[in-house]
Amino acid sequence: MNRLYELPAWRAAEQIRCGELSAEEYVAHLLDRIGEVEPRVRAFITLLDRENLLGQARLIDKRVKAGEKLGRLAGIPIAVKDNICTLGVRTTCASRMLENYVPPYDATVVERLKAEDAILLGKTNMDEFAMGTSTETSYFGPTRNPWNLERVPGGSSGGSAAAVASGMTPLALGSDTGGSIRCPASFCGVVGLKPTYGLVSRYGLVAYANSLEQIGPITFNVRDCSLLLSIIAGRDPKDATTINAEESYEASGGSLKGFRIGLVRELLGEGTHPAVLEAVHRFAGKLEEAGAELGEVSLPILEYALPAYYIIAMSEASSNLARYDGIRYGFRAEGEGLDWSREFSLTRSLGFGEEVKRRIILGTYALSAGYFDRFFLKAVKAATLIRRSLLEAFKNYTLLLAPTMPIPPFKLGEKIRDPLALYLCDVDTVPVNLAGVPAISLPAGFHEGLPLGAQLIGPPLGEQTLLKAAASYEEVSPESFRRPPI
Amino acid sequence: MKGEKHISREEVEHVAWLARIELSEEEKELYTQQFNQILAYFSKLAELETEDVPPELHVVNLVNVCREDKAGKPLSVEEALKNAPKRRGEYFEAPRIL
Repeated sequence: MNRLYELPAWRAAEQIRCGELSAEEYVAHLLDRIGEVEPRVRAFITLLDRENLLGQARLIDKRVKAGEKLGRLAGIPIAVKDNICTLGVRTTCASRMLENYVPPYDATVVERLKAEDAILLGKTNMDEFAMGTSTETSYFGPTRNPWNLERVPGGSSGGSAAAVASGMTPLALGSDTGGSIRCPASFCGVVGLKPTYGLVSRYGLVAYANSLEQIGPITFNVRDCSLLLSIIAGRDPKDATTINAEESYEASGGSLKGFRIGLVRELLGEGTHPAVLEAVHRFAGKLEEAGAELGEVSLPILEYALPAYYIIAMSEASSNLARYDGIRYGFRAEGEGLDWSREFSLTRSLGFGEEVKRRIILGTYALSAGYFDRFFLKAVKAATLIRRSLLEAFKNYTLLLAPTMPIPPFKLGEKIRDPLALYLCDVDTVPVNLAGVPAISLPAGFHEGLPLGAQLIGPPLGEQTLLKAAASYEEVSPESFRRPPI
Repeated sequence: MKGEKHISREEVEHVAWLARIELSEEEKELYTQQFNQILAYFSKLAELETEDVPPELHVVNLVNVCREDKAGKPLSVEEALKNAPKRRGEYFEAPRIL
């Protein structure tokens, strides 16, 4: 097969484990693909050395030959977002602040991947500290959308989604604080799942807004998404917010008889691009074709989701990023004879980019005396109402359906000078994080050669149901799951 | 709300200082203008009635879990100091405090 990079990860792993496919050949093929497209896409901040990767693959082949039973991801390369700590491999958060930071430990999710014999391929580009919707705020420069190199790949996990779409890796991890897995999955035409809050360990994920974020899979197909989720989900003694997961998640597909799908009226209103509206309705039609019953649900409270999200996220960021003082790790400004506060301020002034500073300062403001009740507390109460309203909707509907992004992928440079305009793009994704529920973004067709996405939203711990519906949709929509012509 | 002043340049300077971020003159100008726009948008929340609403944070109820109080393997001094921009012997070197 000369387009071996299109092979689903689950199948490649099966073939490698039974000796039908050599891991070395597979990894070499993907590295060639990277050599071909990465100079144009720029999805990676750090790629592991070719010889190192091929050496790991040869070891897998050797163990197969020796009759050893290998893990579920035997010989499968995976790209990991650069805010997830990897032992001995630098983890920059796409920031000058952590440009040379090499973690002395693996994040729990990375440990679990290695335990299944996956091969860490590299670390992917992202918005600085995951703060952005376009991967343009990276200190290392933007990633390009493989469907159109003039367009953004979405963000903040833009590198992970672009790498999967362009066939540089079959699997990637992203993190989703306000849509950072689903947005780039939508813009790049791939599958991205944001798990229920607490399902996946955040140990080793560099914190931005802890009460909202989750690590999750970005893959080309639904079955790979289920496989990756099965591996990373579950309790971790190192993250006290984790909960028990299913033994494994199946992308079973088949009939959706008995499923009630609610289209969220407030997320299909003005401000949504007509092509996106059309795509979501077409998506709904496919679910109906698979046996589901459609309805419409109104959640007026969602009007407040965006300001509530930004206030909470910025407030948590201001506290979390206070740790960057240039003493124990990270960038440190040079200055002789400066006192602590001056050196600290200068370090942060030069080490952080414009958007990160904007969020830290606004978050500090929202938490400061006199503003705490008006902003932070009010936002958390709004989140309570949003969560209640979604849970109420799940009494009548199995899953909810909405656009992932209100617009198709936009041009590089188009919005970056106007922060509020960029924040407004997150209007469809943030309610999910405020409510802590799971959601999956799926390819939903194209507009002028650019991919569009729709998201299915599930009740708490509804991942299995989400994945079943996603797999059924995939079965009847092969035309939406396409590779970019790159 | 449009046109209303939510935050002054002096307040931006003050909050940036609280956050220990030194701002250039251009940044003070830019942030003051942008923060006014953003805060005008955020103030939409004021119209929401939240009198009897509790501030809840988690969707899945967490229960206390206990584990054995057993020491794990700590980082060695070398590992802990490996990423320090400045060190002196076995210590991090910090700026002057007094």
